[in-house]
Amino acid sequence: MIRRILIRVAAVLVTLLIAISIAFALGRLSGDPTASILGPMATEGQRADLRAELGLDQPLLLQYFDYLGGIFTGDLGNSLQFYQPNLTMILDRVPFTLQLVGAGMLIAIVIGVPLGVLAATREGSWWDRAASALALLGQSIPVFWLGMMLVLLFAVQWGLLPAGQSGSVQHLVLPALTMSLYPMAHVARLTRATMSDVLREPYIDAARARGLSAGSIVWKHAFKNASLPVLTIVVLQAGTLLSGAVAVEYVYAWPGLGQLALQAIQFRDFPLVQAIVVFGAITFVLLNQLVDLLHALIDPRVR
Amino acid sequence: MTEAIAALDEVTPRRIRTKRARTSVFWLSLPLLAIAATVVILPLTGLLPDPNAQDLDNTLAPPVWLAGGTWEHPLGTGKLGQDILSQMVAGGRLTLFIGVVGALVAIGPGTLIGVVAGYYRGWVDIVISRLIDAQLALPFILIALAIIANRGNSLPVLFLVLALTGWAPCARVTRSVAMEVRERQFVMGLRAAGASEPRIVFRHIIPNLIGTVVALGSLQVGTAILVESALSFLGMGVLPPDVSWGAMLSAGQDVLTNAWWVALFPGIAITSVVLLVNLLGDALLTHNDPRKRKR
Amino acid sequence: MTSTSHGTSLVGADSSSAPAGPVLDITDLVVEHRREKSRELFRAVGGVSLSMQPGDTVGVVGESGSGKTTLAMAATGLGPRTSGKIELLGRDLDTLSKQQLRALRPEVQVVFQDPHGSLDPRQSVRSGFRELRRLQPKRTSWTDDVALLDQVRLGPEMLDRYPHQLSGGQAQRVCIARALLMRPRLIVADEPTSGLDVSVQADVLDLLRESLADSGASMLFISHDLAVVRNLCSHVMVMLHGEVVEAGPTEEVLNAPRHDYTRKLLAAMPGARWREKR
Repeated sequence: MIRRILIRVAAVLVTLLIAISIAFALGRLSGDPTASILGPMATEGQRADLRAELGLDQPLLLQYFDYLGGIFTGDLGNSLQFYQPNLTMILDRVPFTLQLVGAGMLIAIVIGVPLGVLAATREGSWWDRAASALALLGQSIPVFWLGMMLVLLFAVQWGLLPAGQSGSVQHLVLPALTMSLYPMAHVARLTRATMSDVLREPYIDAARARGLSAGSIVWKHAFKNASLPVLTIVVLQAGTLLSGAVAVEYVYAWPGLGQLALQAIQFRDFPLVQAIVVFGAITFVLLNQLVDLLHALIDPRVR
Repeated sequence: MTEAIAALDEVTPRRIRTKRARTSVFWLSLPLLAIAATVVILPLTGLLPDPNAQDLDNTLAPPVWLAGGTWEHPLGTGKLGQDILSQMVAGGRLTLFIGVVGALVAIGPGTLIGVVAGYYRGWVDIVISRLIDAQLALPFILIALAIIANRGNSLPVLFLVLALTGWAPCARVTRSVAMEVRERQFVMGLRAAGASEPRIVFRHIIPNLIGTVVALGSLQVGTAILVESALSFLGMGVLPPDVSWGAMLSAGQDVLTNAWWVALFPGIAITSVVLLVNLLGDALLTHNDPRKRKR
Repeated sequence: MTSTSHGTSLVGADSSSAPAGPVLDITDLVVEHRREKSRELFRAVGGVSLSMQPGDTVGVVGESGSGKTTLAMAATGLGPRTSGKIELLGRDLDTLSKQQLRALRPEVQVVFQDPHGSLDPRQSVRSGFRELRRLQPKRTSWTDDVALLDQVRLGPEMLDRYPHQLSGGQAQRVCIARALLMRPRLIVADEPTSGLDVSVQADVLDLLRESLADSGASMLFISHDLAVVRNLCSHVMVMLHGEVVEAGPTEEVLNAPRHDYTRKLLAAMPGARWREKR
């Protein structure tokens, strides 16, 4: 058992190392950023100064170990435009993005799961069609455009909800609704698929034969077994959700991590971008591992 | 005895492809081809004004069916009086181009990497599988940020982003299909005939993957269009004077409250094209799935 | 051992190089693999020895999972092998380079159980033949496609068919034709009829027997069916749990079985009771 845990931990570390190495490689190997930071008018002297400041004049291998060392000591460098440690700024913004992603996920589950179950228990019905339509649309609509259209309807046309900024629950409704569509589509589709598989299992017939009510069969027996894949997809969707969050935060002027990333890009704040990428990469690798761990804990067969 | 048995042996051909899958592939390709033909041919007729031409007397004019709309600009105009219809056509051309090339640059390497991993197994497979996992754990936006922060934005950078974010899902699928194909007996038979490994891979394994790869490619076109639109919307993709549907949405965001049509039409266009390609990809996958088709 | 009457149609260009020694000589072959799930070592073949002379037809019988197929694949160098020595046509597989092994391979052709799985679904019969000819131009020049198909009793119209357009029996005959095209000195047939309709089985077996007589090739015939082996093979080898429990000339073994397992197999043969009464 201890050996298994050690192997597991080693695998996590290796994946982490690969992910942050990819982030490093993307940042460094794709060329000299000073040209795009300083613009075409900069002199060679200015560029050399900036390279020295960013440590880009060092040998690549040394840069790499500096970078790894920084990550392990929790030092993600300083921002070029805000003159602050990158990590502090990131951590300031994280709660906002978490709010958005969390609320979006919640809506996705609250609507997606029952829709998927209804579709599975009534195959071919209108519920089923609604679920497929939702799944298809969710994959095909650019989320930020959906956000714009929601603003147009609810804020501009009907004046029901605020169009942007943050602060109150009302401010959260539209962004969260926008965020929820993509994971909702996935959750509904997956719930439908796993539920209709489970409902074909012989033990469901056995439960029916024992005279259990339809409701208790669906929720107590079938859904319990279908919930694990759904849980997995929910956690795994968080990565895609962050990609969406950047554009949604932009539409709603939501002060989250995505906005910070956009500011960083606009001002060519190279260290801040790199820090956000590393932070994101570590978060998602750990999130993925968490899913595996949950699997092992919940499903005895995986162990 | 052989005559009678030979007659018995002449049973009907196996695996008749489901007619339905084939027709749905046809009916899904048709509108896509029509859209592609329109955006390519329409500008050649000279009927449309230049998509970047500014008509400053007519800024933010509404579409023709609303009060104030004219046939001069059937879908209205943008902030500087640019004709939305021309922009839709020009933007569609660039968007479709990015979608197709963006899918190719992801599918090509992805297929090759997946086949190598699935066919050669061993440590090659272990390394590649780890890379796929790590890649899939990174949301595309992080990769896009890292590259664009460094290189600025241009079409080649956009393709680089699309390649780096798109290869992994494709490699994962082709890897597992290649693993399945290599275990089939005909591969063993070819080896017994003295065929070399590269020959088996390029002449037999890859041709047997083509169906799956085409389906994945179709789905990837949708992904590429969505990624392009998001990046262009955020100012990290296509920039003026180039026009794409995503870049139009970016312009539409600025004038959303007083000229909704600027953002509405490109959004509808993106959604419909991506919807069609996704449906087409699904139909092609079903068409090629050995479990769903009779042998 | 057994001498075979050499037919006319197949004896041509290079049969002169045939060595006098055994076609296949296996000493103490062991194949082990790890089970996917439990990771425990599983011995599929445990210390099998076998010597086949030119013209021999050796039947390997045993229930599924007894290591028959693993043995055959290892014997031809196509499958994994843990230890033991294998000499194919007098050449030790361990001493051969990859190149030499590839050059030796056409001497041994395999006919598998699933004929459709043995043909590339994307290749017509004709282009399959063409590829084989390109791979082995010297070996395959002795006949043309139509004559080859005729030999396996298929019409020339089959040339442009794709595997999914062939019935099981037709596909298996194409597989046999592909094997014959190489003019192998050893044919390994792994349950070649068990995937086919009963009505077609006898036909395919007849075809195999005829081809052997014509070409003078030897055959390693893997089957779970003693009746077929009795019909087709000069020698028989009975396997149980990866080991040989009994081997010898077919009639000897089957008329006076010494091992319980062989007796059990004999008793399970269709028509066994009827034969006893007679």
